[in-house]
Amino acid sequence: MVEHGIHATQAVVTLDVALPGIIWGWMITLNMWAKSVGTGVILVGAFLLYRHKKEEMPNLRWMMPLISFIFLNIFLLFTLTDLHQPYRMINIFLHPHWTSAITVGAWMASLFTGLITLMMVIGFFDAHPDVRKHGACAKAAREHSGLYEKIFPFVVFLAVPVTLYTAIIMAESSARELWQAPTEVMQMMWAALLAGSAGLIFISESWSKESRKDLALVLAIATFFSFMMYMGEYFFSFKSSEAEATLAYVHAGGEYNAEFWFGMVLGFIIPFFLAVSNMKSDNKTLLRFAAILALIGLYLVKDVWLKIPQMLPLS
Amino acid sequence: MKLGFLVDLNLCMGCKGCEVACKVENEVPLSSWRLRVKYIDIGTFPDTSRSFTPLRCNHCENAPCERICPVSALHYLENGIVNVDSARCIGCAGCMMACPYGAIYMDPETNTADKCTYCAHRIESGMMPACVVVCPVQANIFGDVDDDTSHISQYIMEHQGAVQVRKPEKHTNPKHFYVGGGNQTLNPLAHQRLEGYNLFNNVTHLEHVGDPHHGVIDRFLAPFTSHEHLDNKSFMDFDNKAHESHEEEGGH
Ligand code: SF4
Ligand code: SF4
Repeated sequence: MVEHGIHATQAVVTLDVALPGIIWGWMITLNMWAKSVGTGVILVGAFLLYRHKKEEMPNLRWMMPLISFIFLNIFLLFTLTDLHQPYRMINIFLHPHWTSAITVGAWMASLFTGLITLMMVIGFFDAHPDVRKHGACAKAAREHSGLYEKIFPFVVFLAVPVTLYTAIIMAESSARELWQAPTEVMQMMWAALLAGSAGLIFISESWSKESRKDLALVLAIATFFSFMMYMGEYFFSFKSSEAEATLAYVHAGGEYNAEFWFGMVLGFIIPFFLAVSNMKSDNKTLLRFAAILALIGLYLVKDVWLKIPQMLPLS
Repeated sequence: MKLGFLVDLNLCMGCKGCEVACKVENEVPLSSWRLRVKYIDIGTFPDTSRSFTPLRCNHCENAPCERICPVSALHYLENGIVNVDSARCIGCAGCMMACPYGAIYMDPETNTADKCTYCAHRIESGMMPACVVVCPVQANIFGDVDDDTSHISQYIMEHQGAVQVRKPEKHTNPKHFYVGGGNQTLNPLAHQRLEGYNLFNNVTHLEHVGDPHHGVIDRFLAPFTSHEHLDNKSFMDFDNKAHESHEEEGGH
């Protein structure tokens, strides 16, 4: 009998309507993941350029904005696709509401993508002097080659808020206690450094050993701190009963628990050790393997963190 | 002027009249609710009681849904109502993430966010919200909480100490009050919601948010195609010629 299973203090819902399930699903996971790569390559690229001579990383100047451009466009595509009224996206520009991190973020991300596009075009035609020698666009790009270096510091500066604004959207989502501003901001930052270093690893074949060592160092630090942050959240996030109830969806086992731990091991633990070992002895294949694992793991962990708070009944 | 609601849970008998009136008045589509009455059974047999809690938008004074809306589709009216402009909504569902009370749904016909507006259109023409009018025991009290002489303000004063709001810790400053509620009825974490199992109906989660008949690509094609046959009026032109007759199905 049902009644015998209920303690005196317990209450059970006996009649109610169906509640919405997961509202922000895989498209938002993919959106955040792609944005981490898109902004991360710029941040890590800037760090490498600060530490090393350009000549040590010959293809960085054009490949870095190219990777960023591709992933920013994946991010923008899925941002748009996830809207229930995609054509009305234009309203964000026509009727902006500045208290919303969605608005501020959309404006910044659009500006950022525009500047990255410019850098990609200049970088590409500079690196390939034989391509479209007489094309107007190529010509203009080559003539304004110096613009690249001029806008680069601004782009690096902008990459930080562009990568972090999603954390503020999540913090503004006051229905989801698990997403708190300070931790989300830090996780987004580490995610960008992780994804950025992983992204650049794929184009580092011809780079100097030292610059690749720095890439491995960034990957190691980012995976280490990402792991520590998630562990802190996982074990000690008892800020409120809602956060605790949300974490129960991972603590209790099941698919989200498996996804979370797969993410931790694949995305953070294994890449950390591979990156550390790579700093001692340069092994391009292993480093690339670490980068692939880190990117897969990051996606899994972001997915769990996005979905579990949405499973909690709000009323 | 600040319009507010108060529900006296001691009076509510769970008839769901308000739920039905709201559906009809606002043409709320199937699988969506602006106002719902939740039944919660408390205790162990034979010491049990059943409580009824009407739940609607709280028209928060400090509304997270308004703050997160990127296009001001959610906005305050001068009388304190948090209103929605569905013609402007881009369907980002940010508000569904922000409202701590789960008061917002994605309308499956318009694919835009919607919620209780305290029947703003009726208020404008001097009428009470549909749910207030229909309540047979007058458990819904509606009025200006800024006016000390209003019925609602006096009710709140008379029941001082027993007046509660949902999730005060969220600092949303709700303008929807309850008398006779308790933690077990107002706090969703204080009662169990057993998915798929129940005394009366299945307590479930929706598998879709927004239009269940359309995939992602259709959102892009929607302005160019007609949805007439997929809205909630579609049951009216139900074509039973396409089906076997009742007798043929073996009915009795
Ligand atoms: S209850 Fe939810 S939808 Fe209503 S005003 Fe408050 S935050 Fe907005
Ligand atoms: S779904 Fe519509 S109402 Fe809700 S936040 Fe987005 S634009 Fe605003």
